[in-house]
Amino acid sequence: MCLAIPGEVIEIQEDRPDLAKVSVSGVRRSVNVGLLADDPPAPGDWILIHVGFALSKVDEAEAKAVLDLLEGIGKSYEDELAALRDSKID
Amino acid sequence: MSERVTAKATGPDEREQQVLDRIDRARRRQARVREDRIVLAHGSGGKATQTLVEAVFLDAFRNSLLEPLEDAATLDLGAGRLALTTDSFVVSPLFFPGGNIGDLAVNGTVNDLAVSGARPLYLTAGFILEEGFPVADLVRIVESMSAAAEAAGVQVVTGDTKVVQRGKADGCYINTAGVGRIERDAPLGIARARPGDAVLVSGTIGEHGITIMLARGELDIEADLESDTAAVHGLVAELLATVPGVRALRDATRGGVATILNEVARSADVGIVVDEAKVPVRPEVRGAAELLGIDPLYVACEGRVVMVVDADQAEDALAVLRSHPLGRDSAAIGRVVDEPPGMVLLNTTFGGTRVIDLLVGDPLPRIC
Amino acid sequence: MRFVDEYRDGDKARALSAKITALCEPGRHYKFMEVCGGHTHTIYKHGLEDYLPESIELVHGPGCPVCVIPMGRIDDAIHIARQPGVLMTSFGDMMRVPGSGGSFFDSNAEGTNIRMVYSPLDSLKIARQNPDLRVVFMAIGFETTAPSTAMTMLRAAQEGLPNFSIFCNHVTIVPAIKAILDSPDLRLDGFLGPGHVSTVIGCRPYEFIARDYGKPVVVAGFEPLDILQSIYLLMVQLHEGRAEVENQYTRVVPWNGNPVALKAIMEVMELRPYFEWRGLGFISHSAMRVREKYAALDAERIFDLPGIRVADPKACQCGEVLKGVLKPWECKVFGTACTPETPIGTCMVSPEGACAAYYNFGRFTRTRVKEASQA
Repeated sequence: MCLAIPGEVIEIQEDRPDLAKVSVSGVRRSVNVGLLADDPPAPGDWILIHVGFALSKVDEAEAKAVLDLLEGIGKSYEDELAALRDSKID
Repeated sequence: MSERVTAKATGPDEREQQVLDRIDRARRRQARVREDRIVLAHGSGGKATQTLVEAVFLDAFRNSLLEPLEDAATLDLGAGRLALTTDSFVVSPLFFPGGNIGDLAVNGTVNDLAVSGARPLYLTAGFILEEGFPVADLVRIVESMSAAAEAAGVQVVTGDTKVVQRGKADGCYINTAGVGRIERDAPLGIARARPGDAVLVSGTIGEHGITIMLARGELDIEADLESDTAAVHGLVAELLATVPGVRALRDATRGGVATILNEVARSADVGIVVDEAKVPVRPEVRGAAELLGIDPLYVACEGRVVMVVDADQAEDALAVLRSHPLGRDSAAIGRVVDEPPGMVLLNTTFGGTRVIDLLVGDPLPRIC
Repeated sequence: MRFVDEYRDGDKARALSAKITALCEPGRHYKFMEVCGGHTHTIYKHGLEDYLPESIELVHGPGCPVCVIPMGRIDDAIHIARQPGVLMTSFGDMMRVPGSGGSFFDSNAEGTNIRMVYSPLDSLKIARQNPDLRVVFMAIGFETTAPSTAMTMLRAAQEGLPNFSIFCNHVTIVPAIKAILDSPDLRLDGFLGPGHVSTVIGCRPYEFIARDYGKPVVVAGFEPLDILQSIYLLMVQLHEGRAEVENQYTRVVPWNGNPVALKAIMEVMELRPYFEWRGLGFISHSAMRVREKYAALDAERIFDLPGIRVADPKACQCGEVLKGVLKPWECKVFGTACTPETPIGTCMVSPEGACAAYYNFGRFTRTRVKEASQA
């Protein structure tokens, strides 16, 4: 139920637009993208793959937003640590 | 006193003689297997077997020790200790990217001898063939074995052939035994691992197992991956000649690196800590493994050595390994520790820790 | 690997860990349930608990679709496999799960033909290639997997394939969560919502948890940073006295789910009035069956199933582990009679069952592991 991996769409089969060739780190498999019929993916898009089907597209902006947020938390943590270090009262 | 006179004429005696001569010439001619497919007769020990042996096996493995085709090969191994190993090969599919069952058979046997500190010398090759198996496939397999043997500097000196009914043996099963001469004074053994030792691996892991899984075709997954099957005795010999502090060597086959590490930990009653970030894995192996939900640490290799080395000599060992074509991606992946004894731990790239235990069976693809 | 490795970054984890710890009230103990077996697996695989303070406890929930299948249903599957001319196809997860007479692997040793597939589409392909065999697909999984089964069935119907059917064991997550919430044995502070189920059903179905039970829910992704960030968001909610549904896994989970997927499921399947869950007992409207319209694809109608209810072995405490009441090591038979080699219950044999995950990955106390790895 839970194992789903992001993969990049390489090409859409001409005669079967519900089938996409997807690559995960160079490993390729045909994936059925019929569940994304409302917003079909194009080559270059990233999709979430589960048992040979695409469940959803990976929203790259959201992905970046989460990482930026975590980066920010990370930065403020580093700053705090540094401030703590520098503020040692002898 | 009388002499027999053979007259040069065309009487009945001469005609019979011509026929006998013709049969004689035919019998001396290069053996040739007429059938396209193996039949039960090829395993019965009679003419068909003999033809098969001469035409296929002897032709490929030609060497003076094999040619007599006696029940056993007589060898002169000199003084000193020997290493003896046996293996059976039942891989399916028989042919896969990077090799075939024949390559596996030779390399696998050679490797077992190599990691025991022996110079591999002679191999046996027993074949169990399925009725209906294409002779052309057998020839391909045997030619691969011949090439692999030559590359490894070993000879196949005796063998056996049996044929079983259609439906058995998956086409072809191969059994081998290998003998080599121990050329190293200091003993090797996984029980000798001690806390502080470095754990090394001679290259990227999991390629053979993933290649086979994909080659079976049921998963419909393609990747630019090949089996890593290779004879590693050259690599091992260089290492042993240069680095005295090698405690143990193991050929990582089924069960992968994780299984070897567990064997070391249990045998020497030590702990082993592995750094996930340092384990060399090709991106395609990783991609396929993530897709299927399998851990590359448990996936079979066929040309990789796991080594336990005195920590002070780890750098030297890596330098020697990396200078050899089969060891370019060698890496130090962990170290032997005191506690917890008998267990293998992994420091994950995330920064946490977990146990790496033996699996009950093969790693299976999962959806959860 | 893109969209994977970035979420396994240890530096960001340390920062999050500090922020989580800073939010812990002294003397208070927090219990969060991670519903999904995939979360359990990630937590153990990456050693995520090393980043959590002692006062936060992660409780494993019933979100393991393999674990909750009663033994009787496995027996039924094997019964189907034993029928003449049947080729059963199944995900790898199911192959070792024991029924009352053994697992699928055991059954193959006795002559059945049960093959592993990666996708239901592969099963369809096998059916096309073997017109003389009756190919059955063992359909398991929550709402994450049901759409794939549904799409495969629609394809089979479209092609008019006469020799393909499914044995439907799909279950739904919300009734299971509700059963947990209604259980008097457990006091939880919040939930990590099942990220991949939510790509299909969206986040709305969890609103009742916040509204009616006052517990915060964060729909979480499956990389370790996703889980850690989700725990942080739960702690923030608790700190601010809120109980809401939040979506941490925004990069793939749409708030309203996937209407195409939901439509496919509802076209071919309908809710059963009730279904037995291993460990949780009978739960109403918690599982799917094939609609009458697609009877030709329904193995339950095609084959006569014994349908015998098999009780769990007396010693088995999988039910309590699945509900989060017991930790794996608290089960009486954990590690002794019940091990990965000799599993008594599904929690041990399923690859992401809590007991298997703990036994294989986590079975060493946190502090000792830390000491050893710093040695």
